Amino acid sequence: MYQYDRYDQQMVDARVADFRDQVRRRLDGKLTEDQFKPLRLMNGLYLQLHAYMLRVAVPYGTLSAAQMHMLGTIADKYDRGYGHFTTRQNIQYNWIRLEDAPDILSELSTVEMHAIQTSGNCIRNISADHFAGAAADEVADPRPYAELMRQWSSFHPEFSYLPRKFKIAVIASETDRAAMRLHDIGIRIHKNDAGELGAAFYVGGGMGRTPMISHLVREWVPLDRLITYAEACLRVYNRYGRRDNKYKARIKILLHEIGAEDYAAQVDAEYQHLLDQGVEPPFAELERIRTFFADPSFVQGLSDGVDQSDQAFAAWVQQNTHLHRMHGYTSATISLKPVGGIPGDATAAQIHLMADLAKEFSFDECRVTHAQNIVLPHVEQRRLYELWQRLDAAGLATANLDNIGDIIACPGLDYCSLANARAIPLAQKISQRFADNGKEAVIGELKLKISGCINACGHHHAGHIGILGVDRKGRENYQLLLGGSEGADTSLGKITGPGFDEDGVVDAIEKTTELYLAQRQEGERFLDTYRRIGMEPFKEVLYG
Amino acid sequence: MAEPISGTDSEARELDDVQFRFRNDEMVDHPAVTVDAFVGQTNASAVRIEPGDDARDLLLHLDRIALVEVNFPSFGDGRGYSAARILREAGYAGELRAVGDVLIDQLSHMRRCGFDSFAPAVRLDATDAERAFATWPDVYQAAVDGRAPIWTLRHGGRDGGGNG
Ligand code: SF4
Repeated sequence: MYQYDRYDQQMVDARVADFRDQVRRRLDGKLTEDQFKPLRLMNGLYLQLHAYMLRVAVPYGTLSAAQMHMLGTIADKYDRGYGHFTTRQNIQYNWIRLEDAPDILSELSTVEMHAIQTSGNCIRNISADHFAGAAADEVADPRPYAELMRQWSSFHPEFSYLPRKFKIAVIASETDRAAMRLHDIGIRIHKNDAGELGAAFYVGGGMGRTPMISHLVREWVPLDRLITYAEACLRVYNRYGRRDNKYKARIKILLHEIGAEDYAAQVDAEYQHLLDQGVEPPFAELERIRTFFADPSFVQGLSDGVDQSDQAFAAWVQQNTHLHRMHGYTSATISLKPVGGIPGDATAAQIHLMADLAKEFSFDECRVTHAQNIVLPHVEQRRLYELWQRLDAAGLATANLDNIGDIIACPGLDYCSLANARAIPLAQKISQRFADNGKEAVIGELKLKISGCINACGHHHAGHIGILGVDRKGRENYQLLLGGSEGADTSLGKITGPGFDEDGVVDAIEKTTELYLAQRQEGERFLDTYRRIGMEPFKEVLYG
Repeated sequence: MAEPISGTDSEARELDDVQFRFRNDEMVDHPAVTVDAFVGQTNASAVRIEPGDDARDLLLHLDRIALVEVNFPSFGDGRGYSAARILREAGYAGELRAVGDVLIDQLSHMRRCGFDSFAPAVRLDATDAERAFATWPDVYQAAVDGRAPIWTLRHGGRDGGGNG
């Protein structure tokens, strides 16, 4: 894992002092709320319906045990004993007092953590494949590149007041586990025929009210030009990006309006200019960062296979583990989606336990996934049963990864001031319904995603089944979408028709899955069946 | 970080009320004209960039410019940061002045993007501003203020190096 040197520590400490000063000026009345707002947002502090919410950055989703413990401590000390893991691989606390915020940031800085740029119109915390460094199908660990971009984007003098927020994801395998094509910039590290690594830049993806899949803007950026090219992408956006209408300010709209080719040509001109400006880090910096992501001391020569005679354990192994590139190891996902629970929530005690398990079973490392679960990336298969027993005893062994119970949901009307409808209670009802009717395992992979409003924090466009909360004459109403996906085969969901009330939408989902079960052919997931038979049959069972 | 060379409370000039200035040449004493007017006019030496303007239109005329004002009608509109850097990267060495909704917490970034004078619409608290100009002991990325970024320092660049 990356470790701060004195420079990194100094930057974070400077920011804590800076923010303490800003809070003081706000409390003294020297800053108006309007002036304070972008400053607190750049430090991850939102004003929600009932309290302040603090969003803490987890760069590229990677945490050490000590960092995870700190997250548990903060949940206990400053929140109501909970943390909420988000779709951006971060964690949020929903019950924070403004006066406490500088102290929280100060505590976080002791374990090399912060809340820098987790909100506001700046380059946000960089996300990455949650199986980075472990997945059998990657060409490289994408995190060194994400770390380089973290440094470059932190307190960027030119890009701290962009037209809108700006999200970057980095992956390094064919399979996209980070919804890379739905980011403002998605970077895929890949190999050319000569075996060299380079970066493909995809620009202009995003969700929100106008979801778009990104365009490939440049297939090959040499690794020693990465920052220069990113700088060019951002500058063209910042020069143009509209400020007059915040719904049109994302880079996806710019690409839509001027065309991806024109944008690419302008980026290229800017890139040529910037190549002479010395903005690229020395290559030795990338090499320095890479050493932090060297392999842990894997036991060599282990064989694959686990005894699955315990049925509950076997179900969990089949559902929640992922192929590791080392024989005898696996990546285990801890589902934060217990039946009827709040997606992504963990208690302080659970967070501390996961920290301990990361230390004992996974070389002191865990990951936050954009599906709001926790991964232990490097677990020895021969110790998997022991791990599972520990998780099971703490209610953390739900075997539902990527199934209908593994719901992504935004905070919705329970916390969010922008929401039209509640998302959490709906997720709980759906999860309960499919546990009660016993169909979850039969249905298999079905990614269900719920957003409480058009801002799409719950990624509803990318759900095999998506649910969007809307306001219908003052009442909560839910639109149903089918056919979205965020994987290698990224697609955007389509609305089925008129919306439903809360109970209605749960029934509608059940009908949808019944049709799938009746229609599916050998080996088809829900998404495959939908793509084969189309929307019509679903409309018929829903409205016919 | 350097102290401003001139422009404290006593030094209220007319035209724009420059509060901080990091250069010691004479201030231009005539008002800045718009980019359009400037490009079509031969004798003006001060120009004012509004957010919608393209700073690159000025690049052919840099040798006759002594002052560029970049207006920030609202601090949240960050186009002026790019405008400033584009001018500096092209070699512009004259005065670059941030005017308008210029607040304490934007000062350090503006300095890094090449602004060397500041005329905030509302005068800033001098102590807070001094602290703001000195916010960052070091910086992560290269800009146009000549500071060696951290990644250069780490690898033996100016100001020492190595991992602390
Ligand atoms: S999707 Fe809407 S309701 Fe949900 S968290 Fe985002 S802004 Fe709030």
